[in-house]
Amino acid sequence: MIVSRGFRGRRRKGPPDRVPPGQYLTDDFPVLSAGPTPHTPLEDWTFSIHGGAEPLRWSWEELHALPSETVTVDIHCVTRWSKLDTVWEGVSVDTLLEAVEHDASFVVAFCDGGYTTNLPLEDVTDGKAWVAFGYGGEPLEPEHGGPARLLVPHLYFWKSAKWVRGLSLRDDDEPGFWETNGYHLRGDPWLEQRYWGD
Amino acid sequence: MPGAPWLAAEVAGTVEETPRVRTLTLGAPGWPGHHAGQHLDVRLTAEDGYQAQRSYSIASAPEDGVQLTVERLDDGEVSPYLVDEAREGDRIEIRGPIGRYFVWEASDPTPLLLVAGGSGVVPLMSMTRHRAAAGGRAPVKLVYSSRRLEDVIYRSELEELAARGDGFEVVHTLTREQPEGWTGYSRRIDPELLGEVAWPAAERPRVYVCGSTRFVDAAADGLITLGYEPQSIRTERFGATGS
Repeated sequence: MIVSRGFRGRRRKGPPDRVPPGQYLTDDFPVLSAGPTPHTPLEDWTFSIHGGAEPLRWSWEELHALPSETVTVDIHCVTRWSKLDTVWEGVSVDTLLEAVEHDASFVVAFCDGGYTTNLPLEDVTDGKAWVAFGYGGEPLEPEHGGPARLLVPHLYFWKSAKWVRGLSLRDDDEPGFWETNGYHLRGDPWLEQRYWGD
Repeated sequence: MPGAPWLAAEVAGTVEETPRVRTLTLGAPGWPGHHAGQHLDVRLTAEDGYQAQRSYSIASAPEDGVQLTVERLDDGEVSPYLVDEAREGDRIEIRGPIGRYFVWEASDPTPLLLVAGGSGVVPLMSMTRHRAAAGGRAPVKLVYSSRRLEDVIYRSELEELAARGDGFEVVHTLTREQPEGWTGYSRRIDPELLGEVAWPAAERPRVYVCGSTRFVDAAADGLITLGYEPQSIRTERFGATGS
């Protein structure tokens, strides 16, 4: 063990069953993104699912007409902050996929600004993922991914793609943006799957 | 492929850059080298085994080993140690380098625009130093926003690099307080300021912006107003808790 002389730390670790290894708790909501914040007008906004028997598309109003859920979840960023009990409103990915006939094993989420991220289908089904448009009882702000972002709280938060515009259903696991730039293909915070090879 | 290992690193020297910012030179046998703009993870271990990890941008050129420049965040956990406590001979652990997107190679001749807010200058300094060390020929403009003159990190080194007259220019703006006789800009980055100092969008420069979220959004939105392609703008942001 390499001890750093004089280091004590602040020990904001939180409950060990809720804060994964190497993370610390924050009350803030830091922002990370690789490019400018896009601003798509809601009248032009759509959410699409490609790769099934038929392509599907919802307008902003159509998405809001679907049953939505309010969920309280813990989120974990690969840059090491974790935030507990965040409250989101959105449509479950299960609800969206119900409308699609497919036999895909993976999805790629695609976004305004060109960002993509890849996920196994089983990480976005069975109540594990949402297309979220509300945060803390308010519309989701652009800097946090509004008008809508993917929410996949059990994986590192880069998987919860901001400014999401749709999902591509795929047979293979096609690495997305951060996944081709050094970050882990799956990103499970409890296994500390931060970078390539973790 | 196994993940990158944690490496023992010894503090080989420190430089006080500003009252809140310090540079640490690290000796790290086994360090695989880095590209300009990348970051690394730091892990500190207390006597009782308690550990804390954070990511920091690498300040040095790839040609010059590993230096970190760290700003103290008052409610931080790792940064106060690195800025105030660590001294020559102390040991920390590092892992990396990390990130393959916010990187730049000196062999790239495309005009380069670097926009820095506060300690966001650190990865951009790695690029600037890399250009100087490798003899890069890309014309470079660094637009650097600080609160006060005494908060400007690397001020004399930037002056020396600009004085070489080899295509590197630095433009400062001081947003909070200006010394007497200050002839530079004295306001936050806005489209008009960027329009006066940045490369015309038609030259299709590469752009790297680093700073706080508010700074990065203002700079990136300003460049888009000037006709820059959103895809040409690479950003890195640090939040209030990026400690």
